[in-house]
Amino acid sequence: MFKIVKKQTLNPTVVLIEVEAPLIARKAEPGQFVIVRAKEDSERIPFTIEGYDREKGTVSIVYQIVGAGTEILNSLNEGDEIHDFAGPLGNATKTEGLKNVAVVGGGVGCAIAYPVAKKLHEEGCRVTSIVGFRTKDLVILEDEFRACSDNYILMSDDGSVGQKGVVTAPLEELIKNGEQFDEVIAIGPLIMMKFVVLTTKKYNVKTVVSMNPIMIDGTGMCGGCRLTVGGKTKFACVDGPEFDGFEVDFDEAMHRGTMYKPFEAHARDEACNLLHKGEQ
Amino acid sequence: MPDFNMRPDKNPMPAQDPNVRNKNFKEVTLGYTVEQAMDEAKRCLNCKTRPCQAHCPVQINIPEFIAEIVNGDFEAAYKIITESSSLPAVCGRVCPQESQCEMKCTRGVKGESVAIGRLERFVADYHNQHSTEKPVVPAPNGHKVAVIGSGPSGLACASDLAKKGYKVNIYEALHTEGGVLAYGIPEFRLPKAIVKKEVEGLKDMGVEIDTDVIIGKTITIDELFDEFGFESVFIGSGAGLPRFMNIPGESLNGVYSANEFLTRINLMKAYLDESTTPIMHPKKAVIVGGGNVAMDAARSAKRLGADVTIVYRRSMEELPARKEEVEHAMEEGIKFELLNNPVEIVGEDGWVKAVKCQAMELGEPDASGRRSPVEIEGKFNEFEADCFIVSIGTSPNPLIKNTTAGLEVTKRGGLVADENGATTREGVFAGGDAVTGAATVIKAMGAGKVAAKAIDEYIQNKAN
Ligand SMILES: Cc1cc2nc3c(=O)[nH]c(=O)nc-3n(C[C@H](O)[C@H](O)[C@H](O)COP(=O)(O)OP(=O)(O)OC[C@H]3O[C@@H](n4cnc5c(N)ncnc54)[C@H](O)[C@@H]3O)c2cc1C
Ligand SMILES: Cc1cc2nc3c(=O)[nH]c(=O)nc-3n(C[C@H](O)[C@H](O)[C@H](O)COP(=O)(O)OP(=O)(O)OC[C@H]3O[C@@H](n4cnc5c(N)ncnc54)[C@H](O)[C@@H]3O)c2cc1C
Ligand code: SF4
Ligand code: SF4
Ligand code: FES
Repeated sequence: MFKIVKKQTLNPTVVLIEVEAPLIARKAEPGQFVIVRAKEDSERIPFTIEGYDREKGTVSIVYQIVGAGTEILNSLNEGDEIHDFAGPLGNATKTEGLKNVAVVGGGVGCAIAYPVAKKLHEEGCRVTSIVGFRTKDLVILEDEFRACSDNYILMSDDGSVGQKGVVTAPLEELIKNGEQFDEVIAIGPLIMMKFVVLTTKKYNVKTVVSMNPIMIDGTGMCGGCRLTVGGKTKFACVDGPEFDGFEVDFDEAMHRGTMYKPFEAHARDEACNLLHKGEQ
Repeated sequence: MPDFNMRPDKNPMPAQDPNVRNKNFKEVTLGYTVEQAMDEAKRCLNCKTRPCQAHCPVQINIPEFIAEIVNGDFEAAYKIITESSSLPAVCGRVCPQESQCEMKCTRGVKGESVAIGRLERFVADYHNQHSTEKPVVPAPNGHKVAVIGSGPSGLACASDLAKKGYKVNIYEALHTEGGVLAYGIPEFRLPKAIVKKEVEGLKDMGVEIDTDVIIGKTITIDELFDEFGFESVFIGSGAGLPRFMNIPGESLNGVYSANEFLTRINLMKAYLDESTTPIMHPKKAVIVGGGNVAMDAARSAKRLGADVTIVYRRSMEELPARKEEVEHAMEEGIKFELLNNPVEIVGEDGWVKAVKCQAMELGEPDASGRRSPVEIEGKFNEFEADCFIVSIGTSPNPLIKNTTAGLEVTKRGGLVADENGATTREGVFAGGDAVTGAATVIKAMGAGKVAAKAIDEYIQNKAN
């Protein structure tokens, strides 16, 4: 069992929890993830490690409440225990030798992008963070990002905060104006990553994306997380989750993400039943 | 004296009606009653040559345990079995008896062999229902061993070491213990309560089990030695990496590896309505493969309401699955389209629509004497389907090898180990599917026991 030592709401649907997991805290690196099962008989859900404190022995994750699984997780509060918390899984982000990087985050993906930006900053790399949200109320980790970015560009779909528009606009403008990025790291919804890659491909700027297919075990055992990368089948959990964006078949990945759409609504109802039972 | 006018065939196994059971996940076979077991036991001739015992991978003293059933002393029978096996309730159910203990049974020369597996299951179930005995916790001997993986090999190794007084910690990557027994073999063939009971027994003996620990990720083998103070490590990590066919269409929605399909069903209980883990309820499922895994995937798909077809590139005789599983699958209404090898999964809007197969025929016998399948040029068969489950085998997961210096593996990915389970790294032993590639429960269990003995010798030699 893994105790939640802190729970903090970042925006109406995005929550950060800090969890006691000393074995994972010893090892975790930015880019890696954990598999979480909130309660006995809950679903296994992958979440990227947002932060870790090796001394305290804690690991933080940021989750967006989107469906049944995250709803049940969110029913747990500070002091409660998570049933299963396994990791750190996947490969760490490669930051070695990078001098000038654009970190592009979209929505809750910013929570995944943040530790990467932070690590790059700590290693002396110039960091340009371009983050996008639908609207003002959804902005997360603004102070944290500002603290580790040489240039912080905030975008919103409706213009209610930062500049109005999508993240690819300032990215393209910077590149056009001669900014020499060694690499662009894009983390967010598949559609956003796809468009970032379409943009950077034009200028041949290496782009790394963080894929989040449906997973179960996270150790290479089920093949459910498979993607086509460079024409080959890869398992996101052990070969990734980060891949060369130019090689990823995004359309296939987006389609595979819809496999359980009809089921999700049903699961949400079941989760509601379950949670309400708990309240009575 | 054995009665030579006895029935020539085995006492039939009571089972749920095929048309009822193919809609539920409850155990298919119900087990012998006391009368049936005693009647079946009487069929044993108590042969001096013991061909049965010789063909059991762990050499259970079969004639003797069967003699105790005849005597009505089921606990005595249980004691005899557990001298050689630590998972009789499991092996009695899932061993491929027809190619092991029952293969050369004298009774089988004329008529059917003695139902050794069913008797073993009877004895184990009887014990589990009636015994209240708690295991004796041996005095600690002061030594610590880590076991990686809680499948049959890891459980057996841990059990034998614990009996000798070792402090044993099992590290399991998944959230539930049992390995394939938990995530692979379905409830209708091996109720999870049985696996749980075995695991609880180990815990009662003082074995500590840490689930959610992935060795190589959470902790490395080096750390187990250097920081956690283990004197020896046993690797029983199985062969869980699924193989795909590398044919067009494998990334369509509706394509599963058998591992994923079965894990969702068994480990995550996706077949229960209240589960939050999704599983597709296919209308028409095609499964490729002929082993136990293929049968389990097919019969699970059937229970989710699908019309199910198994395609396999060889013929019925070459099906590697347990005979009983094939029979049960047929009774349950699963179709077999043999001599068919999938070459393409045809899609529509990104979902599986049909499976295109190359038609095969049996050619000349090869070196092994088996007639190998050859393509019939230009002949293809297409099977309509919305779900395609790939069940053509698995290989050992490279995760541990990749994070441990000095561990050698074979070309096929299995850890190199000698006949005692010693790997190429000092103090590290291995057994089961992690060494052999996908094999059987009893072989994995046997390998765990052999390694436990070798680990004991290794540590005692070092201590002296
Ligand atoms: C490596 C990795 C890292 C991730 N990191 C984060 C993170 O840091 N924060 C965060 O909020 N989310 C993260 N996700 C996504 C997160 O796992 C899903 O949002 C979550 O599983 C949704 O669960 P649900 O039951 O609440 O929603 P559901 O109602 O089941 O589904 C809602 C949406 O989530 C997708 N989804 C469902 N199950 C999974 C699954 N097992 N894996 C991936 N996507 C799924 C569905 O396609 C759907 O679009 C990550 C996913 C991966 C693979
Ligand atoms: C669907 C199916 C049906 C089968 N049917 C039969 C049958 O009827 N009869 C029969 O005899 N055999 C059958 N088998 C084969 C049999 O189950 C296996 O041969 C046997 O379970 C192997 O045992 P094992 O202990 O070597 O490994 P496994 O049972 O595979 O257990 C390995 C365990 O190690 C864990 N692990 C792996 N890597 C790590 C890591 N890095 N850190 C921590 N833990 C790790 C895994 O999660 C797993 O729990 C079947 C197999 C399958 C998949
Ligand atoms: S362990 Fe398996 S092979 Fe050995 S006697 Fe029992 S059923 Fe037969
Ligand atoms: S070979 Fe058959 S008949 Fe002979 S002892 Fe073994 S089980 Fe009994
Ligand atoms: S999540 Fe199962 S193989 Fe990647």
